[in-house]
Amino acid sequence: MLALRGIEKAYPLAGGTLPVLKGIDLNIEQGEMVAIMGSSGSGKSTLLNVLGLLDGFDSGGYDLDGVDMSGLSEKQAARYRSLFLGFVFQSFNLISFKTAVENVALPLFYQKVPRRERQKRAMEMLGKMGMDDRADHLPSELSGGQKQRVAIARALITEPRVILADEPTGALDSSTSQDVVSVLREVNGSGITVIIVTHEADIAAKCDRTIRLHDGVIIEDGRSGDVVEPTANGAGSTD
Amino acid sequence: MMGLDRDRLIELVQVVVRNPLRAFLSALGVGWGLFMIIITVGAARGLENGVKADMGNDVANSMFAWTMSTSIPYKGYQRGRGLELDIDDVRWLEANTQHLDLVCPEIQLGGWQGTNNVIHGKQSGAFDVSGAIAQYQKAKPMNITSGRFLNQADLDAVRKVCVIGSRVQDILFEFGENPLGETVQIQGVLFRVVGVYTPKGNDEDAQNEAESIYIPFTTFGKAFNTRDRVGWLSMLIKDGVDAEEAEEATKQLIKSRLSVHPDDPRAIGCWTMAEEFQKAELLFSGMRLISLLFGSLALLAGVIGITNIMLISIKERTKELGIRRSLGATPVRILCQIIGETLFLTFLAGLCGLVLGVGLLEAVDGYLEGGGDAGVFRHPEIDFGTVLTVLCILLGMAIFAGILPAIRALAIKPVEALRAEG
Repeated sequence: MLALRGIEKAYPLAGGTLPVLKGIDLNIEQGEMVAIMGSSGSGKSTLLNVLGLLDGFDSGGYDLDGVDMSGLSEKQAARYRSLFLGFVFQSFNLISFKTAVENVALPLFYQKVPRRERQKRAMEMLGKMGMDDRADHLPSELSGGQKQRVAIARALITEPRVILADEPTGALDSSTSQDVVSVLREVNGSGITVIIVTHEADIAAKCDRTIRLHDGVIIEDGRSGDVVEPTANGAGSTD
Repeated sequence: MMGLDRDRLIELVQVVVRNPLRAFLSALGVGWGLFMIIITVGAARGLENGVKADMGNDVANSMFAWTMSTSIPYKGYQRGRGLELDIDDVRWLEANTQHLDLVCPEIQLGGWQGTNNVIHGKQSGAFDVSGAIAQYQKAKPMNITSGRFLNQADLDAVRKVCVIGSRVQDILFEFGENPLGETVQIQGVLFRVVGVYTPKGNDEDAQNEAESIYIPFTTFGKAFNTRDRVGWLSMLIKDGVDAEEAEEATKQLIKSRLSVHPDDPRAIGCWTMAEEFQKAELLFSGMRLISLLFGSLALLAGVIGITNIMLISIKERTKELGIRRSLGATPVRILCQIIGETLFLTFLAGLCGLVLGVGLLEAVDGYLEGGGDAGVFRHPEIDFGTVLTVLCILLGMAIFAGILPAIRALAIKPVEALRAEG
């Protein structure tokens, strides 16, 4: 489903460049639930952005559903994001002046789905998230957990093949975090690939597979239970 | 794809109303600019209408000619020869001119602006008395308020009939008395009133016209012993003919008819209304242009304000734009959204300025129609063509205002936008 071959990425700095990803090789199959862990600056968020076509790469190759993603234009990248990918962010990234149902329906707007159809599907999706009674609330009127449920509903509305979640529980308490992971687990149960960037070991433990990055290199990749616990200075840190 | 459907409209409204004070303040400049254009162009038009209404007694293509005395000896005639036109000269001129549509002979009792004592019953007054032909109204328009103007039958039958001005009626007749069929006495000759008119326009010439009496040209010659003599000619220049050219050609024709040296500068007097209209038109065109120019500059200032606000808005909304990009918005959609927001805001503001401006013009017009006094100012208005021009200018400026913020928005990478605060 997702295949990275020797991905390298560096950020320009005054007087040089800062390598962030150093030859990442990675295959993620359809239906997997993968956690990406690593210490601050390890490149895990950059990796997620590359996978999500939000950021480019300097060299290497990336196949999404068998299609080479190298050298995509912004328009093409937007189209692939719209068709294949759903995003869940740590800070929810809901649009503040839109209601829950309008936020959920927004990706369908960019797919040119008619308004009535968008509304119907958004309400159904909110219902699945147990949020239908909050459909007309603005994000400011929702709790953190509710916001993340709305964000997940928004990510799922286009029926993507892959959900990319960047620290989805980072802004939530532990109880709500478990709740959100359960929702993502259910999503994964329906065959959707879920990739979570997290620094929380218990969240990673709920995934099928854990990939650990260090200094732009994959240092571990295995079943979640087999990957060793992060070091003290790596745990709890974020990119 | 780029059309403004309901969904996009809702999006635009949501974005604009979420910061209503800012939207209002940024829109104020554009609204004010458009308001100023409408008001200044409308006021210029009001002034133009007022002046033209004052000139309403005259027809734009009218021309007048009269004879004086020669200043150059010619064909055995000495200089200083007094010249006169008669009805045969008029017919000859009609037959030979290529520049005129109408040649009306006219003669006034007592000469140019000479007044005469006119009596009706116990009332009397001093008025202009002129001999004219049936077509005279074409050269000097007037409103017949009762009865009729002179007709060809009056001239052919040499009838002692007259058409009187409204002031003549007011002075010679009692209030409510119908003058039609009544007689007035001019230099001992009785004339039956067949019509009453009010002059067009408000200027001094129109006031004089209201104190005039017209009788058939043929009757005039017999009643006052002027026979076929013509005092002056009132003429209409053909459409599309240059007034100066017509004036020169007509003067040359009359000179040749009366054996006057072609270069004699004094023998024939001539005056064209067209030149006056052209001067006035030039002045008003200039005023319209200046109004439009200064209004557009005010509008430009407003549009620059909107550009500035949009640039600030883009900076503040970086994260929102990043979210939209991550949800599948293409760069073109973002471009359209930003330009759309600018257009929406600009047009909304422009529309408010337009409605307020037109509303104010209508209110002033209503006040003036209701008898309000504004001197030489009448019916301020703005025509559809000008509104369309202003809207095109507004559209161009709005697109201009939106492009820079849109380019700024597009330059932000999705990943950078998502990292932004907000």
